[in-house]
Amino acid sequence: MIVSESHQAMHAHGTALLEPAPYAIPSRKLTMWLFIISDAITFGALLFGYGYLRTASTDWPAPFKFNPSILNVMIMTLVLITSSLTMLGAVDSAKAGDKGKAGRFLWSTIFLGIVFAGLHIREWFGLIDDGVRLFQNPWGSPLFGATFFSITGLHLLHVVSGVVALAVIARGFSKGRLTAGHVETVGLYWHFVDLVWMFVVPLIYLLNLSR
Amino acid sequence: MTASGASGNVIAKYLPVYFVLLGIAGLEVFLAYQSFSTTALLVILLALAVCGAALAVMYFMHLAQERRSLFLSLIPAVIFVLLMMNMIWSDSFRLLHMRPFPH
Repeated sequence: MIVSESHQAMHAHGTALLEPAPYAIPSRKLTMWLFIISDAITFGALLFGYGYLRTASTDWPAPFKFNPSILNVMIMTLVLITSSLTMLGAVDSAKAGDKGKAGRFLWSTIFLGIVFAGLHIREWFGLIDDGVRLFQNPWGSPLFGATFFSITGLHLLHVVSGVVALAVIARGFSKGRLTAGHVETVGLYWHFVDLVWMFVVPLIYLLNLSR
Repeated sequence: MTASGASGNVIAKYLPVYFVLLGIAGLEVFLAYQSFSTTALLVILLALAVCGAALAVMYFMHLAQERRSLFLSLIPAVIFVLLMMNMIWSDSFRLLHMRPFPH
């Protein structure tokens, strides 16, 4: 009886080990997808909160002039979407086993990420010079700064985290410690950062144009 | 096919998506300077952003190439949660007019 139960337990354990991966994708990729949807909901909640405050305020500021803000944002968008394209090249080269080309694509993506972060910080300093702080600004509702800096700041944090993760993966992949699967997983994250920016630009910048 | 040839092909393969995404971004800026009401502009910009996001998810993130069950497990759940957040709007309009709801 005892032997039989033990045998059954071993059999069940073995079955669990041989169970196919959910959705036929590696667990790290599924984990990244789950992180991405939870992060999407986090950004969604922040953007909804911003929408709530903007709707409820009669004096919401509209400070973004075409030059420098919108021009800067257009360049940032170009840089970020281009970095998604280089990331696609990196994933494809890594899967094809071309370490040199994957490395060049990964470092190009990192470079573009750094350029994006630099432009973002330049935008922040421009607004700070204009007198925008977390809870005050010269134009209207004091909550403008809080929502602007928290939403764009969280996005910037994602970009910086992505740059660091890409650098770690690029180094690990070139040394053979990491696989093409790791490159693909960090690529998913990088494309998500690009995706969030597609909502930040219209909602934060284009709805608050200075005319 | 060589490895480098493969990655060259993938760039060419996704260039149309890349240009459409850039086009959507440019169109958003153009429309933002037209004389729409804030509500109409919000709806138009959100619709364009959703189109761009869908392209990025399906092609750049390759969700279109995964099993459909992965798509069905992830995307409807996100949309459902985001739709549930719409509950806040009536309260934000109440604050705007500084009137409590009638008793």
